[in-house]
Amino acid sequence: MKAQINPGLCQGHGRCYDLAPGLFGDDDEGYGRVLSDGAVPPEAERDARLAVLNCPEHAVELLEEG
Amino acid sequence: MAVDDRFTQETPETGEDEILGTRSEIITGPVADWATDFSHLEPEWSADPYLIQDDLRQRCPIARTERFGGAWLPTRYEDVAAIAYDTDRFSSRSIILSNFRPPRELAPIGGSPPISSDPPFHHDARKLLLPAFTKKVVARCEPATRAFCHSLIDSFEGRDVVDAAHDYAQHIPIRVIADMLGFPPEDGPQFREFVEDLLEGINLPPDERIERVSRLFDYLLAQVHDHLDQPRDDLTTYLIDAELYGRKLDPSVVTGAMALLLIAGIDTSWSAIGASLWHLAKTPGDRDRLVAEPWLLPTAIEEFLRVYAPVTMARLVKQDMHWHGVDMKAEDWILLSFPAANRDPAQFDRAAEVVIDREVNRHAAFGLGIHRCVGSHLARMELRVALEVWLDRIPAFTLDDPGAVTWSAGQIRGPRALPLRIG
Repeated sequence: MKAQINPGLCQGHGRCYDLAPGLFGDDDEGYGRVLSDGAVPPEAERDARLAVLNCPEHAVELLEEG
Repeated sequence: MAVDDRFTQETPETGEDEILGTRSEIITGPVADWATDFSHLEPEWSADPYLIQDDLRQRCPIARTERFGGAWLPTRYEDVAAIAYDTDRFSSRSIILSNFRPPRELAPIGGSPPISSDPPFHHDARKLLLPAFTKKVVARCEPATRAFCHSLIDSFEGRDVVDAAHDYAQHIPIRVIADMLGFPPEDGPQFREFVEDLLEGINLPPDERIERVSRLFDYLLAQVHDHLDQPRDDLTTYLIDAELYGRKLDPSVVTGAMALLLIAGIDTSWSAIGASLWHLAKTPGDRDRLVAEPWLLPTAIEEFLRVYAPVTMARLVKQDMHWHGVDMKAEDWILLSFPAANRDPAQFDRAAEVVIDREVNRHAAFGLGIHRCVGSHLARMELRVALEVWLDRIPAFTLDDPGAVTWSAGQIRGPRALPLRIG
């Protein structure tokens, strides 16, 4: 599973880096960014899903890898 | 270095804008029908806006009023979101709904950028402020905020009843924003008046309103001069020195942004802290649970933000159009109620209930789209620290007299008198 942020939608609410700080961080203006390569380890999946479900802008996505 | 003479000329810009804009007749008094005659400035709305909004959402989801020269009130999440995202058709030129529409030429900058700005200027003005309000930067204010909260509670020593709105919630954002802007902490009581003047004096006669607004700008200009004489590491000096398009900011942009930070930073957080304490005082189950399970607080805070969202914004319709079933006219106001959106059952399960462990909470308390509250990380820090310190120091408290609780009028909603029994 891979996390990604759509920069066209992100407005810097910061819900993703509040809820899943191991996966997401912020840039110098507070916009969310995916840390490292975005790969979501199994133990972080719950936090990753919460980040998706709490983003007011629907900017966070999880891609299931086949 | 050349002397900075941007701030030495007379600055009558506020007054001039007032003269050039459009005034509408001031209509007050009891509302006949909320679907056709709403007013967020009447006591019935202050007492309980949610009853009104829930009713409208069912029978007239985009309500109308002829007051304020004409305005619309959408109460569905879907409509509120659509307007927040549609900056082509809805302008932020004035975000406080009143009887005065500033001149159209004020767009895209507006009187208090970037909240009053439209694209493309908005993005550039916002970029100036964003770095000062990231989660990491505002975290630096946390130790001082925490110490200040403790000092407020220390001052309650020996009292059985305190006013949590007046004696606690109010002071926290005032101190934090004064520190950030580099204003003297003893000026706090004045800020309180500025906020009242701008946000609650909507239906005052024009002359009085202009007089009150100029008091704020006179104060800000005095602070600018103080910072020009003695630059320091704060937001005021930052704005004085900031550059946009290769040159320093117009003086009206500097003082407009300062006004925005001062006004927008105070009433809002004060309201959120107060409303949260009000809820906990009357809901012992939630209060005891948060004392026992403090790790739940961040989740609970998001729920307080959803259900007691303090901020309603305004927009102006840019041109005549048929929109989601109603005929909007150019210059109609939109009362953009994030609180109403946050209680839409189509968007939230158990929308009217306060569920402090609600895990999925895509609320719009800080707005949606390009105008997301620039101070949201600061507000969340203030709210969390204020509640952590309170619950740690005063784990048992109740409403002293539910009938004595009063709520603010206008677009920012929160308790203004909140007597709590703490001993």
